[in-house]
Amino acid sequence: MKIVFKNIDKPEQHQIENYIKSGGYKALPQALKNYTPDQVIDIVKKSGLRGRGGAGFPAGVKWGFVPKSTAKPKYLCVNADESEPGTFKDREIMEKDPHLMIEGAIISSYAISAHTSFIYIRGEFTLAARRIEQALKEAYSKTFLGKNILNSGYDLEMYLFRGAGAYICGEETALLDSLEGKRGLARVKPPFPAIEGLYRCPTVVNNVETLSNVPDIILKGGEWFASIGTPKSTGTKIFSLSGHVNKPGNYELTMGTPLRHLIYDLGGGIKGGRKFKAAFPGGPSVPLLIEKHLDTPLDFESLQQAGSMLGSGAVIVMDETTCMVEAARILVWFFRHESCGKCTPCREGTMWLHQVLDRIEDGQGRTEDIDLLLRISDNIGGKTICALGDAAIVPVQSTIQYFREEYEYHVKNKKCLTRTQAPFN
Amino acid sequence: MQTPISPNIHKFVLSESSQQTILQEKTKYPHPRTAILPSLHITYRELGYLSPEALRDVAFLLDFSYTEVSEVASFYTMFPKKNMGKYFIQVCTNISCYLCGANGLLEYLQKKLGIKAGEVTPDGMFSLGTVECLGSCGTPPVIQINNEDFSENLTRQKLDQIIEELKKKK
Repeated sequence: MKIVFKNIDKPEQHQIENYIKSGGYKALPQALKNYTPDQVIDIVKKSGLRGRGGAGFPAGVKWGFVPKSTAKPKYLCVNADESEPGTFKDREIMEKDPHLMIEGAIISSYAISAHTSFIYIRGEFTLAARRIEQALKEAYSKTFLGKNILNSGYDLEMYLFRGAGAYICGEETALLDSLEGKRGLARVKPPFPAIEGLYRCPTVVNNVETLSNVPDIILKGGEWFASIGTPKSTGTKIFSLSGHVNKPGNYELTMGTPLRHLIYDLGGGIKGGRKFKAAFPGGPSVPLLIEKHLDTPLDFESLQQAGSMLGSGAVIVMDETTCMVEAARILVWFFRHESCGKCTPCREGTMWLHQVLDRIEDGQGRTEDIDLLLRISDNIGGKTICALGDAAIVPVQSTIQYFREEYEYHVKNKKCLTRTQAPFN
Repeated sequence: MQTPISPNIHKFVLSESSQQTILQEKTKYPHPRTAILPSLHITYRELGYLSPEALRDVAFLLDFSYTEVSEVASFYTMFPKKNMGKYFIQVCTNISCYLCGANGLLEYLQKKLGIKAGEVTPDGMFSLGTVECLGSCGTPPVIQINNEDFSENLTRQKLDQIIEELKKKK
């Protein structure tokens, strides 16, 4: 079942003529002419569409939080700051089918009565930025954007805004600070962005993939979307498969498809016929899955039951040659590097985690270091204002939970239990 | 109307055309402060790094204090604060690329260019750095040169070719 990726491989799909030819910009006039903003929100609520960026919050409910009676302007921000390691799905949507996201963003802006919208794209995505810039020009020229869109009386300006290298700006309140021309620091919530967001006005922040589902939901109805997938995880999800697999790439799957199918059938199995060791099913911010979890259905509830989360849908596969202490060290370094520095537990704690992991991996570890790592983690988790702190401890807790013997081996033998550096030829 | 800028007040390091583009950004958004980051991109594109003098230009053009601009600039990793030479090569070393040979790629490049990550070649042609996940995890390993389009699915042969082409461009 393909919704977001149904046209992704058509040649030159990024050009507006081809997007229209493939059925694009049909949902927009329908939304503007047949439905009030509230009706659009209702349809999306009925669809059960949940945020595809990581948190999984129901999109329609989020839109419903925007106050109706306010003199303040409202804003829609597209979160295109795709930076969770292993995730590259939004990039493919924006490079190959940018109008799909733009159409979804226009409809969503209409639903919350916003007249200004920002696409916040990570600065490193240069091709995607060019494609969107071009797509916006085309959309303006066909009056899908601007004043009096398709003679409906609805106005919307849409800006492309480039980030400049900061993982934290994918966190919605840090994204808003960044858009305001500041350092991207996470904000204390509440107030939530729907009440006080960009320029202290009501704001909705939605992920690229989330918005790319909206046009089809408008055309085919909320019930149609809700009938796909599982009762609480409706629709499809794009999984970015990477690591030790034969065929890495983006795969759009009906929610509830087993992990094994993704890795072995679609991904062609593990490279070199080696054995599967572990995978992060939703980026390194979510706990690991191991061999016994291979038949877990990929949806919000099943992954939670397996002790993990759906996250961004980045499935990072590691085979038997991977040193889990080294993997944890790489990821904790990442979180240390990307901590915005606002909360002490995250700023200092990620540094300590990294230093301790460094010495274990380098053969300087002490037996008590393993519990020290867990203690530091306890002092970060739940004690920061955004989820980066919670995410940073995941690789540590998760690798110790399943591979404690590897840590012990490092401490005792001053070397890795297993470690084969991937060749570069 | 844009205020004419007297050269007696401020000596620019940015070109006339970058100044004009920044002034256009100034009035584009609902709030002028939003123009800071786009202006830093314009500055980077022209100079290849953000020097204190260049940040003073941006502050002057946008009517913000130097501190307001430099605190933004220092937060974002895409803007080097020192001259990184003509071609700044960044190697992704995060998990998915690591699993697919990024360390080997980095070692190979260090040997080939004779510099370590964070250094610039004596002739000022190349510099090397590591970078966090670029979102090229399905096409690893990957490098990004001067914040432009990615070079993906790299092999030794492909990398050699890229370096040779850059050398020829001079």
